[in-house]
Amino acid sequence: MLLSLANILFNGVAYGMLLFLIAVGLSVTMGLMGFANLAHGAFAMLGGYVTATLMAKAGWPFFATLPAAFVLVALASLVLERALYRRLYRAGELDQVLLTIGVVFMAVAGATFVWGPSQAPIRVPAYLTGTVAIGPFDWGVYRLFLIAMGALVTLALIVGLERTRFGAMIRAAVDNPRMATGLGINVDRVFSITFMLGSGLAGLGGALGVNLIGLDPSFPIKYLVYFLIVVAVGGLGSIKGSLIAAIVLGVCDVAGKYYLPDTGAFIIYVIMVSLLLWRPLGLFGRR
Amino acid sequence: MTMTATTDRTLPDPADRRAAAHAFIAGQARWRWPEAVFWLVAAASLVIFPHSLVLAAQVLIAGLFALSLDLILGLGGIVSLGHAAFFGLGAYTAGLLAAHGWNEPLTGLVAAGLVAGLVGFATSFIVVRLKGIALLMVTMGVALLLHEVAQKAHAITGGDDGLQGISMAPILGLFSFDLYGRTAFIYTLAVVFACFLVARRLYNSPFGLALKGMRENGRRVPAIGGSIRRHSALIYTIAAVMAGIAGGLLAQTTEFVSVEVLGFQRSAEVLIMLVLGGAGLLYGGFVGAAVFLVARQILSGIDQTYWFFWLGLMLVLVVLFARNGLLGGAKALLARWRRA
Amino acid sequence: MTSALQTAGLCRNFGALAVTQNVDFVLPVGARQALIGPNGAGKTTFINLLTGLLQPSAGRIRLGGEDITALAPEMRVRRGLVRTFQINTLFPALTPLEAVTLARLEQRGASRRWLGALSGQRAAIDEAYDLLERIGLGADALQETRSLPYGKQRLLEIALALACEPRVLLLDEPAAGVPARESAELFEVIARLPRDLSILFIEHDMELVFRFAERITVLVAGAVLTEGTPAEIASDPQVRQVYLGSAGHG
Ligand SMILES: Nc1ncnc2c1ncn2[C@@H]1O[C@H](COP(=O)(O)OP(=O)(O)O)[C@@H](O)[C@H]1O
Ligand SMILES: [Mg+2]
Repeated sequence: MLLSLANILFNGVAYGMLLFLIAVGLSVTMGLMGFANLAHGAFAMLGGYVTATLMAKAGWPFFATLPAAFVLVALASLVLERALYRRLYRAGELDQVLLTIGVVFMAVAGATFVWGPSQAPIRVPAYLTGTVAIGPFDWGVYRLFLIAMGALVTLALIVGLERTRFGAMIRAAVDNPRMATGLGINVDRVFSITFMLGSGLAGLGGALGVNLIGLDPSFPIKYLVYFLIVVAVGGLGSIKGSLIAAIVLGVCDVAGKYYLPDTGAFIIYVIMVSLLLWRPLGLFGRR
Repeated sequence: MTMTATTDRTLPDPADRRAAAHAFIAGQARWRWPEAVFWLVAAASLVIFPHSLVLAAQVLIAGLFALSLDLILGLGGIVSLGHAAFFGLGAYTAGLLAAHGWNEPLTGLVAAGLVAGLVGFATSFIVVRLKGIALLMVTMGVALLLHEVAQKAHAITGGDDGLQGISMAPILGLFSFDLYGRTAFIYTLAVVFACFLVARRLYNSPFGLALKGMRENGRRVPAIGGSIRRHSALIYTIAAVMAGIAGGLLAQTTEFVSVEVLGFQRSAEVLIMLVLGGAGLLYGGFVGAAVFLVARQILSGIDQTYWFFWLGLMLVLVVLFARNGLLGGAKALLARWRRA
Repeated sequence: MTSALQTAGLCRNFGALAVTQNVDFVLPVGARQALIGPNGAGKTTFINLLTGLLQPSAGRIRLGGEDITALAPEMRVRRGLVRTFQINTLFPALTPLEAVTLARLEQRGASRRWLGALSGQRAAIDEAYDLLERIGLGADALQETRSLPYGKQRLLEIALALACEPRVLLLDEPAAGVPARESAELFEVIARLPRDLSILFIEHDMELVFRFAERITVLVAGAVLTEGTPAEIASDPQVRQVYLGSAGHG
């Protein structure tokens, strides 16, 4: 009993960290521009395929592929942002939803065309597999690694946002875009860069996630609702909110599947709907 | 709106102008010839496409579903990512009733509409309090929730295998469903047309005007004494009933219900059909459904992957270049041609 | 003198910025009162608070005898507290006839009838048409609002408010953006309104203010600086300094 509880918490936190990695960029960009980007999961998927392909076809080591996933996805997102998204910043929610659903469909078709419809195989280095015994429990190494990566990224984000000049610009722009513009901040530019960074992070998350949740062309649709939950429940533009929402979501999901396998994701949806009724702006949202 | 052109605005006598005002309002509700053409063509499918009646019935059902979304989106301005919730509820209601022996079609449809409407009424109070991403998430969440329930309640719904064992009694005790889908088509056409008449009436009613006001400028509505929340709740409930009837029709005419009636894909598809055809125009849903389903029939015959690609591309193009959909575009062309 | 509308200790902040500061305000029944003050003084915010578009951080609002502080905007309208907007807030694709008919339907509680034809609401349409005729929009009743000249759109702002059977009418710069000659005409329309209607209007053109207002309230930086008859305000040195003396109003 105790054993399974610790296990569930551990697995849930690891899963939550992964969701956080992927979704945090979405949260910040949605907070910045209010752009409802349902295609965010496609960036994560692309990151996953970059890693899987580089490892399988080019023989790159796992760790070398991670920065590649980050950079390539960030660049791809820039193209998309310039070509399509930019035109709709001032448009209504419906247009944004439709356009990005269109992008999702095209991404799914494209991935099927290039990489085939089945699961992408990936073999992480041996030292990241198996378990280690610490105290009374066995811990999955890869999950420990994920948690460490999550913690690292969180730390980097917090330091980056709180301590750097660019971070201050992002915070100002999220808080009040009009005032930020008044202060001479180029909000458009800030947004472009933030969008790239956020998408890059999603790519990294997708690369890290292949070993845990798998990867196939339906990925952007399958996990869309999870990413959106993290954003909506955490509150737009809030890193702290995204982290807490992602971990709670991860733990609830794992616990729900363990204790109440018959209800499936039901509990998650109930929690999400009731939470949003209680706080329509999310846990830490202000706008 | 096209009517303004035909009304003489320079009448000098106020009494004549008053009469013109009444004529203007009455004129907006008048039937126009393209509408007659549309329904005549739909009815003529019986002889024009005798071998595609199943597809034709699907188009009508999807069109009705899209029309119900048009009521909340095109008229009410509420973006829903989970409208399939009501379609699915209607489908399961009609399907379960028939599978358990209540196979009289018309009462089955009424039940489908009622159940969907009740849930719509209950959730409307939630929906009208939200906007932005919370609204998207909650509408989507409610549908996903029902989807999970349907999937897990295998004993009742058949889960992923679908609900089987539906067999319908003859309509009005007279017309049995046949293998070629003739009866199913006529039945569908009759029900869809009846629902359309209701929607059309609503469109030209005082409430229709209130909804147009909401769509045009939500900020002004409270300032003239209107309650956005109460208007939204009412239209949401009416739309849920109509979506439920569409779902019920699908269950009855195909004698099968799969869990995907509640799926996200169905919610997304109906949104696409409506926007493709043109939202807020009453007929956009039908036009969109026809184009969508026929295109899918043709393209997915080649490869499912391609269908997804074209679908995505279509969406992107519509959003970027044809915000009012095919019907809106055609209307604009027609107006330009008339002026030239 | 009975008050039509009254506030006590009304406050509102946007973040650290206090936009309405402890305003005690009385609008007597039948008033023709002007609210003036430099740009950004918080005049529009004050009207937003009165009509419920914004919630006050502190203070109460009374309409007639009733405390309406917590009432939804549309409920205030039903009780006769009606406003116009500084920036046109109309229904662009509707005709004035439709827009005013809608306002009439809301007042008559008929706006949720969804199974009857709109053309069957003959009384509401007649009332809407008569109102438009009276205010000088009779010939434009069937044009799309967005195609009307700007001045006529400003008139429609007022028509929409009048269609709500106001007891208290709040006019936020009714002549904003209208050329001087037309704005005088606009104020003539306002001056012809029934005397039992209580009117508060915001206006920057001091000539119009002195011509049409019987009392004037001066708002500066969210607080009431002073209040009095046009003669008193004109000779008040404080007002001269902060308002009349300042270069720009607009
Ligand atoms: N929603 C808002 N958020 C932040 N500040 C606002 C908001 N609305 C108005 N303000 C500020 O409040 C002050 C008063 O504005 P307003 O009431 O529109 O002034 P006026 O109508 O007297 O010109 C201005 O400084 C304006 O910038
Ligand atoms: Mg103002």
